[in-house]
Amino acid sequence: MSGVSIKNITKTYEKGTVLALDNISLEVAPGELFGLIGPDGAGKTTLFRILTTLLIPDKGKATVAGFDVVTDYEDIRKIVGYMPGKFSLYQDLSIEENLNFFATVFKTTFEENYHLIEDIYVQIEPFKKRLAGELSGGMKQKLALCCALIHEPKVLFLDEPTTGVDPVSRKEFWDMLDRLKARGITIVVSTPYMDEASRCDRIALIQKGKILEVNTLEKIIKKNRQPLFAIKAPNRYKLIKDIRAFENTNSCFAFGEDNHVSFKNGSEGMPQLLNYLNEKGYENLSHKEVEPDIEDTFIKLMLETENHD
Amino acid sequence: MASATGNKKMNNLFFLLQKEFRQIFRNPTILRMILIMPVLQLILIPLAADYEIKHIAISVIDLDHSPYSKRLTQKIAASDYFQLKEYGSSYQKSLETVGDGKTDIILTIPVNFEKDLIKESKSKIHLAADAVNGVRAGLGTAYAGQIIAAFNNEIREEWVQFPRYVEMPQIEITSANWYNPHINYYLFMVPGILAILVTMVGSFMAALNIVAEKEVGTIEQLNVTPLKKWQFILGKLIPFWVLGMASITIGMVVAFVIFRIIPVGSYFTVYAFSAVYLLGILGIGLLVSTFSDTQQQATLFAFFFMMIFILLGGLYTPIESMPEWSQWITKFNPPAYFIRVIRAVFIKGSAFSDLLPDFYAMIAFAIGFNWLAIRNYSKRSA
Repeated sequence: MSGVSIKNITKTYEKGTVLALDNISLEVAPGELFGLIGPDGAGKTTLFRILTTLLIPDKGKATVAGFDVVTDYEDIRKIVGYMPGKFSLYQDLSIEENLNFFATVFKTTFEENYHLIEDIYVQIEPFKKRLAGELSGGMKQKLALCCALIHEPKVLFLDEPTTGVDPVSRKEFWDMLDRLKARGITIVVSTPYMDEASRCDRIALIQKGKILEVNTLEKIIKKNRQPLFAIKAPNRYKLIKDIRAFENTNSCFAFGEDNHVSFKNGSEGMPQLLNYLNEKGYENLSHKEVEPDIEDTFIKLMLETENHD
Repeated sequence: MASATGNKKMNNLFFLLQKEFRQIFRNPTILRMILIMPVLQLILIPLAADYEIKHIAISVIDLDHSPYSKRLTQKIAASDYFQLKEYGSSYQKSLETVGDGKTDIILTIPVNFEKDLIKESKSKIHLAADAVNGVRAGLGTAYAGQIIAAFNNEIREEWVQFPRYVEMPQIEITSANWYNPHINYYLFMVPGILAILVTMVGSFMAALNIVAEKEVGTIEQLNVTPLKKWQFILGKLIPFWVLGMASITIGMVVAFVIFRIIPVGSYFTVYAFSAVYLLGILGIGLLVSTFSDTQQQATLFAFFFMMIFILLGGLYTPIESMPEWSQWITKFNPPAYFIRVIRAVFIKGSAFSDLLPDFYAMIAFAIGFNWLAIRNYSKRSA
């Protein structure tokens, strides 16, 4: 039993005036690679801090591997690995000193759990004498992951591990998570990058302290599928304003070089919009129907909750 | 990774201490503070902050121009305390030099000074002092008064015709300065500064160190480990306790090398008091760290406390001459006790048993501040 269970967790800051988490419930199965996807300020870090026993929730109950986050915090601290969003290792200690230190704090040794971190460690081993503060961003992140793994945790919490990391290192990092998952470690990872959602078994979309949807990526997209069109024209800024002014437009967002548009009346809206735009004198207009991806789905869900409020 | 072959069962505290010392010895600022600060402070402050009032600038306005007035002027000029700035005959002109800060005291000898003194057996002279610096003015007029009184006696003796038959009753006051017979100013200042040094190392360097862990976020990483609260606190306090003891040792070496000052009392007393005092002062550091989130905040707190510690600690101004309410404050000011104890051991040679009440007070501080700090320190922010 190394899953995570969250029931009706609410957390406020500033004496209740700032709502960080609003009645959140989640279940993460043992051995799952679970993604918390949401923009900055959505409440991801607060949730991590509650699950790692650093914060006490105002309301609700949460367990990690069966241990209550409030009453059994000492048990939880022995079995979880936590990698905070901000690099939090000793900058004035070297790679090997940091690793040894965190190993000993968990009453284990580097050698004993070397097999767990070997893949990652070999990449930073050439610099093992270097102080952590002098490492590059990617190397710091690998060291932080090593330190979070050195005591063979049952549950691993990674708060935005790939923020500020280059695309190649990001891909490598997710490959590492796959290998850790194969060892049976439950992993909860947060990210602001929608494209990383596809690497998770299941994801939760989180926005303004609320969970919009929890499921596999495919199911979330399928469930929220709606006709979506990519429209492109040379004068992009004016185009986006005109599309938004159109009466049947549901949403219109810049997406790469295109504008992704959905309509209140579904596919019927597209020919109507084309007429409308032709009247406005647009030339060289290109349009095609597209499959919504996670980002489109997130925007849709986000708009729905906003309108709902 | 040969260094990782450590025994699994070894105490967490040991590894924490190993880590702390490693970081301290890697931090050039801390080392500089520990090694260079005592040396510089002990050399500079006692040499510069000298209370003895010497070289008081005096202007004599002689309106009499008689042999007696000249004799009095010479007597004053010959004294160590005074420096004759001006010998003139215009009070107005001399007053201007006071305004410029060139003269501290004006002595006016009136017209007919000699004549009145001989004929009427009395005469008046006038002393005016620049009281911007009150200590200087007060001491200056007192010194001048002494010289004038001595001059007065001389004249009287000369005028008594038959000294063999008329015995002049003379009372002379002599003074002896106990424990510091030559009023060696350094002997007074150096132990006081030693006490302040230990205070700074113990309280603020420890506070800054803990707050740095908060600021960098490492404390959060540590909090998600089985590490216990007391282990973390001891892991921080022990290194700075050791550093505090090291800094007083360095300070005593400097005191001997530069000023040839060694404690008249025993080293044991010095170390025993330092050991307990440091515990209390580390408690203050820990307390400061619990209510600061950044090193900047901790520094501001430290600055505020340090001012109180020094100004109400009796380092410069004697506690006995403070108003009663501030004397009460000094009773809660740990450095006040430590400064007094260190001075007593260094200058008077007080033994441990003589200072027992202070020792109990320090134990009380150690328990009190640490209790407050631990109560305030929370491993989990709620």
